[in-house]
Amino acid sequence: MIKRSFIGLAKPKLEYGSLEDTPSLKQIPTSKEITLLSKCPFDKKNLLFKKKETVKTGQKLLLYKERDEYVVSSVTGQVSSISSYTGDFGRSYTAITIVVADDEEIDDEFKDISKDSSLETIKNFLAFAPGNPPVKLFSDKDKSINTIVVCCADSDLLITTNRYVVKSDIDAIKNGISILKTATGINDIIMVASQSQMHALSTTGEKVNQVNDTYPSALPHLIMKNILGKTVPAGKNPEDIGVCFISAEAVASIGNAFNSNQIPVTKIITLVNKDGSKALVSARIGTPASDIFKAFNITLNENDRIIFGGPMTGSSVYSEDHPVQPDTDAIIIQDSDDIQFISDYPCTNCGDCIRVCPANIQINLLVRFLEAGQYEEAADQYDLYSCIECGLCSYVCVSGMPIFQYIRSAKYELDRANTAEATNNG
Amino acid sequence: MVDNNRFIVSHAPFRHDGSRISTRNYNIALAALPAILLGIIYYGMPAVGVISLSISSAIIWEFIFCRATKSSITIGDGNAAIIGMILGMLLPATAPWWFVIIGTFVAVIIGKQIYGGIGANPFNPVVVAIAVLMISWKDIFDFNEALINYDFDFAMVYPLSALKHFGVSAVDSFSMGDLLMGKQSGGIGSTFGLGLIAGGIYLIIRGIIRWEIAFSFLAGIFITALLFNMTDSARYAGPVIHLFAGYTLIGAFFLATEDSSSPVNFIPMLIYGAGTGFLTVLIRNIGVYVDGVIFAILIMNLVNPLLDKIRPKAIGRVA
Ligand code: SF4
Ligand code: SF4
Repeated sequence: MIKRSFIGLAKPKLEYGSLEDTPSLKQIPTSKEITLLSKCPFDKKNLLFKKKETVKTGQKLLLYKERDEYVVSSVTGQVSSISSYTGDFGRSYTAITIVVADDEEIDDEFKDISKDSSLETIKNFLAFAPGNPPVKLFSDKDKSINTIVVCCADSDLLITTNRYVVKSDIDAIKNGISILKTATGINDIIMVASQSQMHALSTTGEKVNQVNDTYPSALPHLIMKNILGKTVPAGKNPEDIGVCFISAEAVASIGNAFNSNQIPVTKIITLVNKDGSKALVSARIGTPASDIFKAFNITLNENDRIIFGGPMTGSSVYSEDHPVQPDTDAIIIQDSDDIQFISDYPCTNCGDCIRVCPANIQINLLVRFLEAGQYEEAADQYDLYSCIECGLCSYVCVSGMPIFQYIRSAKYELDRANTAEATNNG
Repeated sequence: MVDNNRFIVSHAPFRHDGSRISTRNYNIALAALPAILLGIIYYGMPAVGVISLSISSAIIWEFIFCRATKSSITIGDGNAAIIGMILGMLLPATAPWWFVIIGTFVAVIIGKQIYGGIGANPFNPVVVAIAVLMISWKDIFDFNEALINYDFDFAMVYPLSALKHFGVSAVDSFSMGDLLMGKQSGGIGSTFGLGLIAGGIYLIIRGIIRWEIAFSFLAGIFITALLFNMTDSARYAGPVIHLFAGYTLIGAFFLATEDSSSPVNFIPMLIYGAGTGFLTVLIRNIGVYVDGVIFAILIMNLVNPLLDKIRPKAIGRVA
C-alpha cells in the first residue's frame, strides 16, 4: 500500500508478517481480581446492581436502567467496585471490579437458552464475548446489513490473534458462520484472509478472498474498497452501507458459545515483549495486564509504554493493571529507549505523508487546520472524515508531528459537539 | 505487585520510521558535496571562504533570530546550514564577505523566518536571496567579470552570458562533456554537472526530493529550448547548453525541489516543474536576464498554492 518515490525503496514496506507453524498458547491463571470495562459512560444513579453483589462465571450483568448495555462476568466472585474510567481523549467508561472467589460456578442463564441460537440470543448474550461480536448491528433497523465480512487476518501489525484462532479453532469458526447465517438470514458471507491462511480456510466451504500482506490493507475501509469494490463514504462506516465486519475470533466465540452452551470468557492476546518477541496468551477477560506480565517474568520500568492493541492504531494505558477487554487483540510493551520522539516542529511540506496516505488526503494542509483547532474547516474542506485511521501519516512524518492524534481528537471533538447540538435541539 | 511506575501515555501510532528533518538536511549536504569540492578545486581558497562564510553566517542569523524572538533554537535541524550551503554554491568565488552576509540574512530572515520558519516559507529562501542580490548588485553576478583573474586550462566563459551577448556560435565550443565536468565559469557549486546529477539522483533514491519536480523541470527546459532552437537555430541555442549551463542542474535538484515552496501532488508537481523549465528558457532567450532559473522558480513558487489545489479526490468524498 505504501507508495514509494520512484525507485526509492529507502523505507521498507510494513508487512503484517506471518504466524509460525504451531504457536503455543500460554494460559494465564485466573487473577485475584478482574475488571470489566463497558463503553457505556458511568451513571451512578441508574445502576442496576450494587457492590458486594455476587456474580457467577458467564453471568450477564445489565448495567443501567433503560439501557441494554451489559457485560459478562468472566469469573465467579463479588463485585468490589463500580466506577468511572477515563480512556483516550477523555472517553468515559464504566469499570466493574470483581474479587474472584475460590470456587468457580458457571451461570446457567445462557445454558437454558442456548438451544435456540437465534439472533435475539446472540444479541442478548454474546456482545461481550471474546472478539467483540458486533451483535447490535445485525438487528439495527437503520443499518440493514446484507453482507458479513469475516476478517481472518489481523488488521494491525504484530498481532497474530485472529490468525491463531483460524489455525487452532477452525471448527468453531465454521460453526459460528453457520449459526450467523441462520440467525441473521444473511447468506452473503465474505471471508477475508491473508495468503498463508487461504488453505486452512478453504475447508469452511465459503469463498475466501485474499488480502494483501502490507499494512494497512486489512483495515475495514480498504477491504471494502479493494475486495468488495465498495467505497465507504467519508465519515461513514462499512455498516452504514450494509456491510458488517466481524473478526474470526468473534465468529469462533459464537460457534463455541452454542457448542458448549457457555459464554466464552477467555480472550486470545498477542503479547509483544520489549525485545519484540511474541507470545500467544489466553486470559480471562478483565485480567489485569500485570498478571500477564508476571506470568512471563516481564518487569516494567519507569517511562516504558504499555500498548493495548496494535502499534499503529492501539492505545497506550496508564496502569499496568489495565484489564484485558473483549477486543484486546494485543498487548505490546515498549522499552523507554525505543519510544519514538514527538516534536513540536511544524509541517515542512515534505509530502511523505501524502505519498503513504491510503485515503488520498491532503495531510500537509489538513494538519495546519487541525493544529489551529479549526476542526470544521478541516472536515469541510480538507477531508478529515475521509481518514480511515491507519496512522501511517504520523509514522512517516519527518517533523514527528502527532498527525494521527490530531485527526482522532478532531473527530472526537466534532462528534461531541454534534451530539451536544443534537441533544440541545431535541 | 503495584510499584507505581509511571508509563508513557501517548497516542498511536507507537512507531515511527525514524526520519528526521536533520537527517534529510545532512543528506542534502552530502549530495551537494561533490559539486562544492570541484568548485573548491577550481577556485581554491576564495571558494572555501565563500562557502564557509555562507554556512556559518546563515546559522548565526538563524541563531540571532531565534534568540530575539525567544523561540527554541532550531539550528540543530541543519536547515540554516543547508540554506547557507546552497546559497554559497550559487555565488561566484569572488563574492565579497559583506555580499555573502547580506545574502544569508535575506535568505534566513526574510526568506524563511519572518514567514514563521521552516515549512511556512512560500518562496525558496535561497532563491529569494539570490534574486535580491542579483537585482541589487548585478556586477558581482557577472561571472565573466568576477572570475577574470582565474587562469584555467579551459575557456573561462560563462556560457549563458556568451550566449546572450554573442549568440549561438559563441557557445559552440562547449561540449557536453566539458559542461558536465564543470569546465565553464559560474557559481562555486553550480557548474559541476555530473556531481549535481549524482547528488540529485542520490536525493531521489533516498526519497528526500521529489523526482517529479526535478524531472519535469529538466524536461520543461529541454522541450522549450528545443522548440526555440527549431524555430531559429542561429539565434537560439539547443537544449544541451540550456540543460548543463547556468543554474539549471542545481536548480533542478537543489532549488526547485525545496519542500515548503513546491507542490506535493503529482499533477501539480509536473506543472510546477515544467512551468519552471519553460520560464527559465523563456527568460534566457528573450528576457533581459542572463539566467532565468531564479526568477522562474520565484514565479512558480508564487503559483504553487494554486497548483496544489489540483489534488486527487480523497476516498469516500462525495461531490
Ligand atoms: S490521514 Fe493518516 S491516518 Fe488517515 S488515512 Fe491518511 S495516512 Fe492514514
Ligand atoms: S510528513 Fe509531516 S512534515 Fe511531511 S508533509 Fe506530511 S505532515 Fe508535513
